[in-house]
Amino acid sequence: MLVGHQPKEFLLAVEALTVSFDGFKAVNDLSFYVDENEIRVIIGPNGAGKTTVLDLICGKTKATSGSIQFRGKELTRMRENEIVKTGVGRKFQNPSIYDDLTVFENLEISYPRGRSVFGALTFTRDAAVRDRVHEVAEMIFLKDRLHMNADLLSHGQKQWLEIGMLLIQDPDLLMLDEPVAGMSVSERAQTAELLNRIIKNRSVLVIEHDMKFVEDIAHKVTVLHQGQILSEGTMEKVKNDPKVVEVYLGH
Amino acid sequence: MTDNRFFNRSELIGILVLAVFLVVVLPLTLDVFRLNLVAKYLTYAFVALGLVICWGYGGILSLGQGVFFGLGGYCMAMFLKLEASSVENTKIQSTPGIPDFMDWNQITALPFFWKPFNSLTFTIAAIILVPGIFALIIGTAMFKRRVGGTYFAIITQAVAAILTILIVGQQGYTGGINGMTDLRTLKGWDIRPDHAKVVLYFFEVGLLFACIMIAQFVRHSKLGRILVAMREKEDRVRFSGYSVANFKIFAFCIAAMFAAIGGAMFALNVGFMSPSFVGIVPSIEMVIYTAVGGRLSILGAIYGTLLVNFAKTSLSETFPELWLFGLGGLFIAVVLAFPNGLAGIWGDYVQPRIDRLIASRKSKPDGWTDSSVADGAPAE
Repeated sequence: MLVGHQPKEFLLAVEALTVSFDGFKAVNDLSFYVDENEIRVIIGPNGAGKTTVLDLICGKTKATSGSIQFRGKELTRMRENEIVKTGVGRKFQNPSIYDDLTVFENLEISYPRGRSVFGALTFTRDAAVRDRVHEVAEMIFLKDRLHMNADLLSHGQKQWLEIGMLLIQDPDLLMLDEPVAGMSVSERAQTAELLNRIIKNRSVLVIEHDMKFVEDIAHKVTVLHQGQILSEGTMEKVKNDPKVVEVYLGH
Repeated sequence: MTDNRFFNRSELIGILVLAVFLVVVLPLTLDVFRLNLVAKYLTYAFVALGLVICWGYGGILSLGQGVFFGLGGYCMAMFLKLEASSVENTKIQSTPGIPDFMDWNQITALPFFWKPFNSLTFTIAAIILVPGIFALIIGTAMFKRRVGGTYFAIITQAVAAILTILIVGQQGYTGGINGMTDLRTLKGWDIRPDHAKVVLYFFEVGLLFACIMIAQFVRHSKLGRILVAMREKEDRVRFSGYSVANFKIFAFCIAAMFAAIGGAMFALNVGFMSPSFVGIVPSIEMVIYTAVGGRLSILGAIYGTLLVNFAKTSLSETFPELWLFGLGGLFIAVVLAFPNGLAGIWGDYVQPRIDRLIASRKSKPDGWTDSSVADGAPAE
């Protein structure tokens, strides 16, 4: 299903994307484009298909039809781990970390080397790995907890750890699903600062409900409603769109 | 955290204690008959060791390890049987030079797949590769399709049942329900007398330690940590860029190859191989050994195997009809009360006391038990 050639400058081109669960179209004929170094926020009411869009891009859910091109590569036909290798990183809504391992080991597993079976067997924890883990741990405020088991971290710290695990992968496209949900006010402020630092030099796709946070970081906002785009543009434009006010912001 | 690629200090102590126990204490205290029993038990320890990697670390419960134990055992037994079926040994048969059970089943020529087993080199390769490749095929078929958990366990049971039926049914090629009996020599060296049993025991212990080292290496590698990670959050591992299926296949294959080495040693030590070590019941018993020892503890699995088998031998001699209930009860008790088995009990209750004792008196504790069983495990 080739839907014309897109100009090369788009990092991510989603075209005519549809996924149907037993006839229910969670995402329906969706098209949008993300530029290099763009920060795009997806908002919309519950059930609009926001998380499904991220699932489709990272390969967790297979598309029924349509195309997702990342740097000219078709993602819909790739396995999850191959998509990661092309440079797409994903943070889940609930912190998804390895509870039985230490913070250090969590970060080390995410370090992009030795990903094959043989590579993992012969992987050595050399200076490059240690330095990078320490560097990232410092960014995510967990420097003095490196050897603590991850299940002992607070909810906010777990969220940071997962962000750190993405960071160490150094993806070109970072996808974050509600990164500040469930955080305390001070954790929220720290997270905003953290995100502002890590979104440099890469494109970011964020799902978030916190409008203040969205206004702070978004270059462009996409509003989803019932699996389709309701409105798209700058925050200013979207906020004043009567359709958006009616289905989402009006509440 | 990792002192070298194989073990840290307390694990080294544990391995040395086990080595002293198996190499010095047991041979000095047991007669040859009992030592040969230990050798038989230790063949199951190979299976338990594989299950620690596959089930304990990787979270892949296989209820069909008897399949690989059996494949390894049958490969070895085929070689030994061929050697025992020389033309002069079998001249009373209607077709001399083929195994006796073939002759009884009106087979007049050695089947093609038996012929390579005249070579010991081929046999040794086959002991590792046949089960390894079989595990690779099952693993690829299951894990690439993301079949896991209970479904995988059920399928491994089905495979165990199928293989048993196949062996029993193809009597002319496999010896049927009786298996392959009357195994005598290995390259002309008689495996039946007492001194041979002792030599085989030490050889087996050596192999067991080689496998322990491999298991330790796997566990301390990043692959070991990925297995633990996978057990909990398969999706996260995928989205960290790993092919989960490949890692599961690897763990399953390692477990299969360990089990096969155990099976081959069984054929050598016990002198026969039969389908009763292949099916569902022995496969489940092997999982129980691992659970009792502690599924996260490499050394615990070995102690667990020895303990359950000693109990089995002594109890089934006195109360034959009660033993199976005892075994079932033991399994339920361990899973409910001590999910980490002996190693868990050691780590939670014994080790802290010894540590305190050392700290207060600075005197060495005695006793044979291994001191690293519990803290060897990186995970609960």
